[in-house]
Amino acid sequence: MKPVTAEPPLFGRRDPDARGYFGAYGGRFVPETLVAPIEELTAGYFAARADAAFRDELDRLLRYYVGRPTPLYETRRLLEIGGSARRTDDDRSRNPPHVHQERGTGAAASEKHRAADPPIRIFLKREDLTHTGAHKINNALGQALLARRMGKRRVVAETGAGQHGVATATACALLGLECDVYMGSEDMRRQALNVVRMELLGARVRQVDAGSCTLKDAINEAMRDWVTNVADTYYLLGSALGPHPYPLMVREFQSVIGREARAQILEQTGRLPDVVVACVGGGSNAIGIFDGFLDDRNVRLIGVEAGGERIAPGRHAARFAGGATGVLHGTRTFVLQDEAGNIELTHSISAGLDYAAVGPEHAWLRELGRTEYVHISDAEALEGFQMLARREGILPALESAHAVAYTVRMAPDLPAGSVVLVNLSGRGDKDVQSVIEALKLS
Amino acid sequence: MSRLEQTFARLRETNLSRRSGGATKADGSGLVTYITAGDPDLARTEGILRALERGGADVLEVGVPWSDPLADGPVIQRATERALAAGTTLAGVLDLVERLRADLRAPIVLFSYANPILRMGAEQFADRARAAGVDGVLVLDLPIEEAAEFRGLLAAREIDTILLLSPTTTDDRLRRVAALGSGFLYAISRLGVTGAREALAEGAEEMVRRVRAVSSLPIALGFGISTPEHVREVGRWADAAVVGSALVSVIADAGASPDLNTRVEEYVRWLKS
Repeated sequence: MKPVTAEPPLFGRRDPDARGYFGAYGGRFVPETLVAPIEELTAGYFAARADAAFRDELDRLLRYYVGRPTPLYETRRLLEIGGSARRTDDDRSRNPPHVHQERGTGAAASEKHRAADPPIRIFLKREDLTHTGAHKINNALGQALLARRMGKRRVVAETGAGQHGVATATACALLGLECDVYMGSEDMRRQALNVVRMELLGARVRQVDAGSCTLKDAINEAMRDWVTNVADTYYLLGSALGPHPYPLMVREFQSVIGREARAQILEQTGRLPDVVVACVGGGSNAIGIFDGFLDDRNVRLIGVEAGGERIAPGRHAARFAGGATGVLHGTRTFVLQDEAGNIELTHSISAGLDYAAVGPEHAWLRELGRTEYVHISDAEALEGFQMLARREGILPALESAHAVAYTVRMAPDLPAGSVVLVNLSGRGDKDVQSVIEALKLS
Repeated sequence: MSRLEQTFARLRETNLSRRSGGATKADGSGLVTYITAGDPDLARTEGILRALERGGADVLEVGVPWSDPLADGPVIQRATERALAAGTTLAGVLDLVERLRADLRAPIVLFSYANPILRMGAEQFADRARAAGVDGVLVLDLPIEEAAEFRGLLAAREIDTILLLSPTTTDDRLRRVAALGSGFLYAISRLGVTGAREALAEGAEEMVRRVRAVSSLPIALGFGISTPEHVREVGRWADAAVVGSALVSVIADAGASPDLNTRVEEYVRWLKS
């Protein structure tokens, strides 16, 4: 990888090969009917990203409509009770570590970090503060602009947690495009608020009752729609998945997160972070923030997958823990599948991580040893959710809560003075009902 | 001469004599039948395949059920779900073909998505397909750009790679695909997913003409064909018509009924009437 000498350009910095492969991952495994439309899309995207007017319009929308740059916020109390951060010598002498530890994370921290050590600093990249409440809007606006530029009048999309659906419905309302969003019936149940939001924004939400009735099935149905209506319809895929050029295009639209975060953390701390943590469903928020630091070889990049109930077939969505190389939705990557090659059902408390494949670039970066992947269980994610709510006054999306929970878990093992950057990819309003059910507070 | 080549050569001959004799029956119109293997279970698939041949099917397409059939419409999706629930796997389908091969005259084409084959390993799959006596393989989500190595593995074992052509396929691409195909070319008559329709697609004849212009390989036309009228009409410009969802519906309706095989056989006979 080349060293970065200046601000990296927004587009065209790290393209896959001409066939859309990142190493052995990626490609275009699509029915013949979609080949020509995908080639048209690729040509359309390459032309758009080379066009200063296109980039300017996107930049303006990101600034004045989305509210970018999003803040980089340093947590104040997240590690306070159980961890080592922000504790003074006085606190330490009054409260021996074993007395006030909480949920097991404190003891190790207290042993490893002496009172005089500089604290561990955690920074949150606040994608939850964007218009519509998650990073998904960055990609949805970029692709909706592209759809309009390509002369398409109608957009189809899939959604899991509903955030991509809401972002797409929003972008389509803004740009005057017709919009159909496919969503699994199970996801419609657990993300009911987002269904209403999409409808209020003028989109049609199409219920999918197949398979596990979640994201995978919604993508199948969106692709069936696209293959039927290719002439006037643009498929606005929401994650760094699918056939080339989607993994590239979605990463480039999300890379704004990493570029901003890198500048902001340099400004606030005068240095690069030691670790960047992001949750990984398809992997768009993670690839977006990782992209800003890929060339900074000393920055660890950690993706957090959904460990669900436990790592057993059908009970989780940790592709790197239980998956194997395969093809799903047009791309070759790590996929949860059985011995016969059938895609396994997945489970996660967060709809946005509940998916059987991971973006191909993640599989490649992992193979190169540049990124690491871990998983966090439903229960740990719920703890992360509550911790951030009670200690920082922020309700994170359950997806992002996985990244928060892992950060809290790993903090005791980090050297004193470490700087951790967490992508808070979305806000938790949509998850309130799920959390209430899970905590049985209702 | 491969079994597929023999079959299409025979069809062309019959078709010529039929035309010169002014026949109105669909004798010479080739019929490719698609069924989802393992629906309702693999044991009954065996009986269904025999019934299809008795009814007059010229080529037997055997669909390998997969969890995410994104190019298929609701009828084949449901069939796939039933087949998977009955425990059908690619390995089981290959075993079935191996048991049946000697008893059937018609060529057998496996119709699959890429992942079950990649999971088994492309080379191992090719070996087992060869041993089973598979004549051709069509992989729905393996366009030519991804298929080079796989085609080589099959060709080395004298198995045809059946390639798809779509109304969206550009002329330049049509030439490239046709040059790589063998056995026959599968032309898709319309955009969208598989499924029976009332009428043939408007552009169907034009689609076949476009393919004919760049290739001498036999052409089978599929998607949306469900009546003897459709089959006869398609037989006027293509070598064969493919009937899938409509046949799968017949199987679904018959379900566990003891006359399943009779109904399948009669349905195929009707299609060729």
